[in-house]
Amino acid sequence: MNFKPTNKMILRLTMVMGILLWVALTFVNGLQVFDEIYEVNMGISKQLPMLLLDLCFISFIVYYRIKINKVESSNFVDLLWRVFAIGLVTTVISLASELFYSTIADTALAGHWLTNTLFYNINFGLVSVFLISTFTVWKKLVLYQKSRRLVIYWNVFEGLLMACIFFNFTGFTLEESVFFQLLFGVLALLALVLSANLKWVAYLNFKQKWKSILLILLISIYLIYFFRLIYTPESDSLRFLNSIDNLFIVILFTFLLVYSIFSFLVILFNLPTSSVFEQKLEEAINFQRLSQSIQQGENENQIFDILLKSSMSAVYADAGWVEIDKLNGEPLLRTKNISRVNLNETKRHIKQGKHKHLLKTPLDKASDEDRILVNFKKSNFRSALIVPLVVQNKIAGQMYLLKEVSDGFNSEMINIINTFSSQAAISVENFRLLGDALENERYKEELNIAKSVQRALIPKTLDHDEHFDIHAFTEAAAEVGGDYYDTFKLEAHKFAIVIGDVSGNGTSAAFHMSQMKGIFQSLAQLDLSAEEFMIKANSALSKCLEKKSFITLSYFIINTLDRTIEFSRAGHCPTLYYSKKNKKAEYLQSKGLGLGILRNEKYASFVSVNKITFAKDDIVVLYTDGISEATNSMKDEFGYDRMQNLLDQNAHYDPIMIQKIFIGKLYEFCGNEDLNDDYTMVVIKFK
Amino acid sequence: MIEIHKHIENNYLLITVEGEADASSSIHLDSNIKESIEENHKIILVDCTNLNYISSAGLGVFMSHIAEIEEKEINFILFGLSEKVQNVFNMLGLDQLLTIKSNKEEILAEI
Repeated sequence: MNFKPTNKMILRLTMVMGILLWVALTFVNGLQVFDEIYEVNMGISKQLPMLLLDLCFISFIVYYRIKINKVESSNFVDLLWRVFAIGLVTTVISLASELFYSTIADTALAGHWLTNTLFYNINFGLVSVFLISTFTVWKKLVLYQKSRRLVIYWNVFEGLLMACIFFNFTGFTLEESVFFQLLFGVLALLALVLSANLKWVAYLNFKQKWKSILLILLISIYLIYFFRLIYTPESDSLRFLNSIDNLFIVILFTFLLVYSIFSFLVILFNLPTSSVFEQKLEEAINFQRLSQSIQQGENENQIFDILLKSSMSAVYADAGWVEIDKLNGEPLLRTKNISRVNLNETKRHIKQGKHKHLLKTPLDKASDEDRILVNFKKSNFRSALIVPLVVQNKIAGQMYLLKEVSDGFNSEMINIINTFSSQAAISVENFRLLGDALENERYKEELNIAKSVQRALIPKTLDHDEHFDIHAFTEAAAEVGGDYYDTFKLEAHKFAIVIGDVSGNGTSAAFHMSQMKGIFQSLAQLDLSAEEFMIKANSALSKCLEKKSFITLSYFIINTLDRTIEFSRAGHCPTLYYSKKNKKAEYLQSKGLGLGILRNEKYASFVSVNKITFAKDDIVVLYTDGISEATNSMKDEFGYDRMQNLLDQNAHYDPIMIQKIFIGKLYEFCGNEDLNDDYTMVVIKFK
Repeated sequence: MIEIHKHIENNYLLITVEGEADASSSIHLDSNIKESIEENHKIILVDCTNLNYISSAGLGVFMSHIAEIEEKEINFILFGLSEKVQNVFNMLGLDQLLTIKSNKEEILAEI
């Protein structure tokens, strides 16, 4: 079975072991004293109590190491408090035992060897517990923010110290042995060097420093009390119980005391400057708050509030406000410790202030972005610092910081304020960019809606009869486009077919395209001639088209009974017509003027109508200029000739195939060039 | 990109249009023509010799001023159009509404 002891188990085990060892030690010591006094040779080995003592130390060391390690390392006051508490308990027990001893002074027990041994051992046990627990805590403090070198020093020190536990086997004493003195000297020196590690002190705030001073003072008192308790002059003591000759205890005492004194003094001398440290720490926290404010979903005003609050506390300002320029109307004000009336008054004073001092910003040339320092006399404030808030290279507003003393701002403060204000500006900028991104997202969404609405305007089925096949294709460069095609069944054998292109492209073109659809669907109901249709469509569009917009259109009336096509062209690209009889494709030339170009009755004179008859397998290709004028990377146009040839070569195909070949060839021609215009084609093949 | 220059020569205003008149640059073209019309010039010549391309938006600019040109009886003449640009004008039918001449000499001989 794989048994792994937990910390809790080891804690209990070491505690029980420590206590048992101590009891055994007391017992053996008693026997030894008994042996000495009554000279009964019981044959107790001299080494036995030493071994018990050393094992007892080790048990306590392990116990406290585990116990103290559990405490959060940065909570220094808590650590000191623990040492203090252990010290309190141990001294109280020690004092109580002493009190008890004095109460029995008159009895036979007093001065009895058994009582003496017991009390000596009680005291010694208490001292060991206190020293070892304090040592563990001190170790944590020394090693706070440790460096590699420090760890090496510490390990040497601790290793030697642990070895010293067993030094008692040598039997050397402080007074007599040079080796003892030398070893003590070396360890004391190491203790002194290590005691210089007091980084934790810097992280205490003012209140914590006071607490620490008090606790260390009390701990030092315990240490001295215990030292005195244990240090019994040679003559009084039973020789082998003289604990001052235990190197381990002596060094522990030395180290603990030295470190206590160092800590005490360092904390004491750090007291006056601790407010500066706290201030710096607060600045760092404020700075972080300013940078994080976006993530917390705060709005611009909250950012300005944080800026004002942080800046005021950083420079000990008595009042202040942030003024944010608004495009229209009054600037937005965020104030602190100042009323509106007072604010306006102060502003007037600042304007009149004679001792103005401009501070050039290192980043920009613009004079508006200079910080201004003002000293003035007649107001209840005596100095002011005015800092512009620059967001996206524009001045978004100003921050005013006021002090009741004159010359209240030093360059250090101004630097901090600069940092704060630029961080706030970044936060605001991020906030605005995020807003813009969301807005763009919304526009995209709107465009997608427009796209689906426009898609609904494109006919799903094209009107035709058994005399011709028809197929159409359209694609827009942007989400929405200005190309348009449609069909309408005028009579049983009469169909209107239209193709158009609104000038420009994008959204405005799409709006006009939908107007065109409305006009076509309305006018087609009237079964007008091609000429009438054009005149009426122009007239209708004249009233709703933008000034610079026009629509080109080709309008066809296919009569499958007469097998005729009547068509009119309003500025649209000429229709490509393939005649089976001639085995040749040609463009149908005719005069015409785009719709909306001439917005009066004169337009009628520009409308011309042609009429042709069609034969089986004749093909009509309607298209928009997006196809004929599509360009490749060489700036060549797809062009009329290419289209004409394509139709010549592929006239035997059905309309779907013809369209696919045309568009396929178009893409091939354009290569990787982006689509820069909408393109549409309608193919009709007669049967 | 489009570049537009205006000069007063003798008794007419000469507008030189160079580059491409597409959707964005035609705004610039429009403001120039509008300005010239408002300045009450009786003869305005537009030199399109170096106009490489004109989009429907560019055509819209010329179209939108036709009514005013007529009303103010301005002699508004375009010249030097490339074949490609001329075709675009013709297809839309603008050649029927605007005076388009092949070169400046031809115009000067007439006026």
